Amino acid sequence: MIIQRRRERIDRPIKAVTDDIFCLSSIREISYLVIPRILPIVGILLLAFLVPPYWKKVMVITFIMAMMALSWDFMASCGLTSLGQALFFALGAYSTGAINHYLGLPPYLSIPAGTLVGALLSTGCIFPALRLRGIYFSMVTLIIPLMLMRVIETTGILGGTEGTRGLTPLPGITLTMAVSMAALWASFFCLRRLINSDYGLIFLALKDNDRAVEASGLTILWFKVQAIFIGSAICSFCGAFMTHYYMSVGMSAFALDLSVFPMAASVVGGMGTLAGPLLGAVILGPLSEALRSFGSFRIVIYAALLGAFVAALPEGLFHYLARKYQQIERWVEAPSGISED
Amino acid sequence: MAYLKIENLTKTFGGVVAVNKVSFSVGQGTLLGIIGPNGSGKTTTVNLITGFLRPDSGKVIFKDRDITGLRASKITNLGIGRTFQMVKPFYRLPAFKNLVVPLFSPRVKKMGGHFGEKDSLALDILEDIGFERDSSVPYKPASILPHGYLKRLEMARVIALQSDLIVFDELYSGLTLAEVASISPMIEKLIAEGKTIIMVEHRLKELFKIAHKVMVLDQGTKIAEGSPRDIMKQPSVKKAYLGVEL
Repeated sequence: MIIQRRRERIDRPIKAVTDDIFCLSSIREISYLVIPRILPIVGILLLAFLVPPYWKKVMVITFIMAMMALSWDFMASCGLTSLGQALFFALGAYSTGAINHYLGLPPYLSIPAGTLVGALLSTGCIFPALRLRGIYFSMVTLIIPLMLMRVIETTGILGGTEGTRGLTPLPGITLTMAVSMAALWASFFCLRRLINSDYGLIFLALKDNDRAVEASGLTILWFKVQAIFIGSAICSFCGAFMTHYYMSVGMSAFALDLSVFPMAASVVGGMGTLAGPLLGAVILGPLSEALRSFGSFRIVIYAALLGAFVAALPEGLFHYLARKYQQIERWVEAPSGISED
Repeated sequence: MAYLKIENLTKTFGGVVAVNKVSFSVGQGTLLGIIGPNGSGKTTTVNLITGFLRPDSGKVIFKDRDITGLRASKITNLGIGRTFQMVKPFYRLPAFKNLVVPLFSPRVKKMGGHFGEKDSLALDILEDIGFERDSSVPYKPASILPHGYLKRLEMARVIALQSDLIVFDELYSGLTLAEVASISPMIEKLIAEGKTIIMVEHRLKELFKIAHKVMVLDQGTKIAEGSPRDIMKQPSVKKAYLGVEL
């Protein structure tokens, strides 16, 4: 009797009914699912703690920017495409700066307080625009940070163009990096948990069809406010953290880079997945640092790479890798007489 | 006392009078059909009743309560459910998860009666309207479902909301005769359960089989109202539909 062999996808025996329901029966099948989830966590841990001290600073900034990207991706999957993440960052940064400078609170109090105040102020700033949809909403989010920046420049409040300096520094680089990484993982897993819960479905539904959400008896404005608050709280934490990290806060907190980077990371990594923007940020952050030796020409290289990437892989890296992983095949024995189905 | 009473409802868009002083009423447990040529203001009327548009003047009174100009979500929670002419599912979500969203509404919470996990509840509702539970259809994302299923999904939403008054906006459009034949009994069942229904429809033959009363709109104005048997015999209706007196 001839034993025929045919190729079969590894996930074939463990996929039932839908893409999301699995029946696990062996270590091999468990590891098929677990390894891609554990690997990035271990990889980033090793990367962060093994690199030389200078690169640890780069990693801190990368983690913070990855959080900004996560926040952008979450808001985008709620249908709130923001072109002004810098607004949330700056409001968190200025709140923390003011709390530390005027009230004298230490970082472990001023960062949480600044995050909360920043998120509340951000939600208040964006609230009037929440009735707008699509590109009109995006335009308003682009305008507000530019406007606030000029307000600070003209009135000179909170240090004006000079900014506020001499804030309390964060302790040691290793601890700083550990905190930023912990914050990154916390926001990543919390957002994932939220999106996958039944309550989180309402946020996704907002993007798909906000009129149908309204026809389901839910007030879309209230859910948009919640989405903005969650998204801006993450960005405000980034701002609060970086304020103490740099020991100063100034108008650079409104920089356009802070709005552009999260979008670039999401596009490279793959939108709407949360893991994608994280991956994108971990690639783009160190890359832009590595190109530093090219001086200002690095922007050209960076932009060209980004353009090439988007043209070649418009779906994003994460979607591509996930698809390829699911397509891995192995040879299995097929008794003769039974054809491939 | 009428269950739903509309008085002199008017809406203009720029210079166009979309709905012009329309008044009608619907009794509890009856089915009112609204028909009329394209652009006669049928969908605008639906939007005005359900709060998706604010009327310029006129009143909407539901269960003796003035609900004119309230928010759409508020009106939904008071018991008026609607479907959309252009289906509006949540494309990224599996079909049964589409129903989890209305199950979160304050109305469902207040009504009680829906106990148990939202997922299994959603599957129950879907099974009742023709998504076979044992097949993979209810688990598929709405984006890949055929049109007939999406229309049923629209219906499922108002059933999940336990609406007292249901407004179907061109439920039958784009459906095959077989699909219409399977949905009509569900509507009759809803009426038997005491629900009140307004159907905006172009498929007159199918509508007339189940409607108790029919109203005809033409260019925003109500031109006729009567039983489905003799509404088409009225000269004004013939003129609106065919353009000439026959």
